[in-house]
Amino acid sequence: MSAKNQRIAVAKTYKIYIGGKFPRTESGRYFALEDKKGNVIANVCRGSRKDFRNAVVAARKAQSGWATASAYLRGQVLYRIAEMLEGRREQFVTELVLQGATQRAAEKEIDQSIDRLIYFAGWTDKYQQIFSAVNPVSSSHFNFSVLEPTGVVSMLAPEDSSLLGLISNIAPAIAGGNSCIVLASESKPLCAISFAEVLHASDVPGGVVNILTGFRAELTEYFASHMDVNAVIYCDGGKAVARTVQVLAAENIKRVIARNRLDWDSDAENPYLIRDTQEVKTTWHPIGS
Amino acid sequence: MALAAVKKSGRLPDLSRVPAVDEVGVNERVARFQTRSIKKSSKVEALKLILSMIDLTTLEGQDTPGKVRQLCQKAIHLHDTMPGLPHVAAVCVYPTMVSVAKEVLQGHDINIASVATAFPSGMSTLSVKLDDTRMAVAAGATEIDMVISRGAFLAGDYRYVFDEIVAVKEACGDAHLKVILETGELGTLDRVRKASVLAMHAGADFIKTSTGKIQPAATMQVTLVMLQAIRDFYHDTGKMIGMKPAGGISTAKLAVHYLVMLRETLGNAWMTPEWFRFGASTLANDVLMQIVKQSTGVYQSSDYFSKD
Repeated sequence: MSAKNQRIAVAKTYKIYIGGKFPRTESGRYFALEDKKGNVIANVCRGSRKDFRNAVVAARKAQSGWATASAYLRGQVLYRIAEMLEGRREQFVTELVLQGATQRAAEKEIDQSIDRLIYFAGWTDKYQQIFSAVNPVSSSHFNFSVLEPTGVVSMLAPEDSSLLGLISNIAPAIAGGNSCIVLASESKPLCAISFAEVLHASDVPGGVVNILTGFRAELTEYFASHMDVNAVIYCDGGKAVARTVQVLAAENIKRVIARNRLDWDSDAENPYLIRDTQEVKTTWHPIGS
Repeated sequence: MALAAVKKSGRLPDLSRVPAVDEVGVNERVARFQTRSIKKSSKVEALKLILSMIDLTTLEGQDTPGKVRQLCQKAIHLHDTMPGLPHVAAVCVYPTMVSVAKEVLQGHDINIASVATAFPSGMSTLSVKLDDTRMAVAAGATEIDMVISRGAFLAGDYRYVFDEIVAVKEACGDAHLKVILETGELGTLDRVRKASVLAMHAGADFIKTSTGKIQPAATMQVTLVMLQAIRDFYHDTGKMIGMKPAGGISTAKLAVHYLVMLRETLGNAWMTPEWFRFGASTLANDVLMQIVKQSTGVYQSSDYFSKD
């Protein structure tokens, strides 16, 4: 081949996603991601606790605006994410295959991921009616309970189901008006960052979803202990991880949600995943004597 | 025009001799200040120093005596669960709120700063501005933050601006005078430098970047230019002038960058609340959160700190 015809490869820089921007990790650290044969397929940011801290600030800032957006609008935005993902399915299939999936499994996973977004998009203006209640009380009060988003949710995404599992955690949290910070799968982080690009193109306000890549062993402690995080979700790890998360989360009484035995194919199409990151507010309203 | 009433005291400096500012150089220098690695014990000391340099500020049309009392309580009790914290340098309020602040701060070593001279625009006659100043001082303000007449300055009427500062300084009596240049309205760093020189020669005890009502407010660039002006003024006259960046400094990290800049431009002598202040309304809580983070290792939430 003549030099003229040789095109220089344009490799993508996988950066993290914080506050609607794609910065590199503030720590300047990277780790090489290898395929099965040991070839380097990408250099991925090794996020630090300070990246996480910055992400929490962004998530906190974005949360109140997102929570007060109408349920209808949140549904539209989730649907929009699905539309954008549909348009880029080939890229996701390629990345899933690069990370070791078969072509067929990859195609199935992207289909399910898109459908999962549609599923939760549909729930945004319905879960409140299902989970709210008018409560019988024996005094002259009108007593009712409604849901409110818990606030900022930190998530340790599933290690194996790197796209479907990721989306099955993010979608219900944001459908319910929370903002979130997600640590992507450590061994399969590519789809998470490409998904951040999809979010970025989908009218999701900056800061509502923040995605970091990095090492679980290093970051779990901060995901669980940060005082400005209201709920923490973890999907893998044995007793040691469960213990770390629960002990540290107790400091500010975070909601702790364990999803370590969930089958992402079948168990996650479930409105209770939205309910997990909601608080119940009960109002006693005086009525005539 | 009230100008006639101004005593032509003091010599107006020759502003054509003020050195030009190298904007590219300033930007590069500022970028350098942000790359210093500050280790834990130094960081904690820096954070405490920042707290002690804060002018806790509320300058809103919606201020009420209740709001000012709350602010003063915050100044006294920054975060009582954390022992060994310094208190802020001052609270900064409108003249009508000075008496309220004085009542609450009685017996505490916290200064009361008041803005004056038709803050924030400064668009009034000299006599009104002087009355404004005298009223604030009479009510108990120990520091006066005045604004310069930017319109006159931009029109080249340096004499007017100079005489005005001289007159206000006289009206201040014993109170310290901080002169706000409102750098966001001056447009260029050259003008910032000129206004700094003008204010210092006219008798300012402090020069201050901004009112906080105009964007951009304090930036590291204008602050550096003002610090350099202070340094050169000190070399020429032997007189130390204080510096107060104000507006837009809301994170501890940024405040630490300012301290680095202060240390590397003016040196240790200026690293005290007597010579350097931060004008801020929300900086204190961020600094407190960082201090608690340093001692507990856990990132903090504003939910657990009193409102500032």
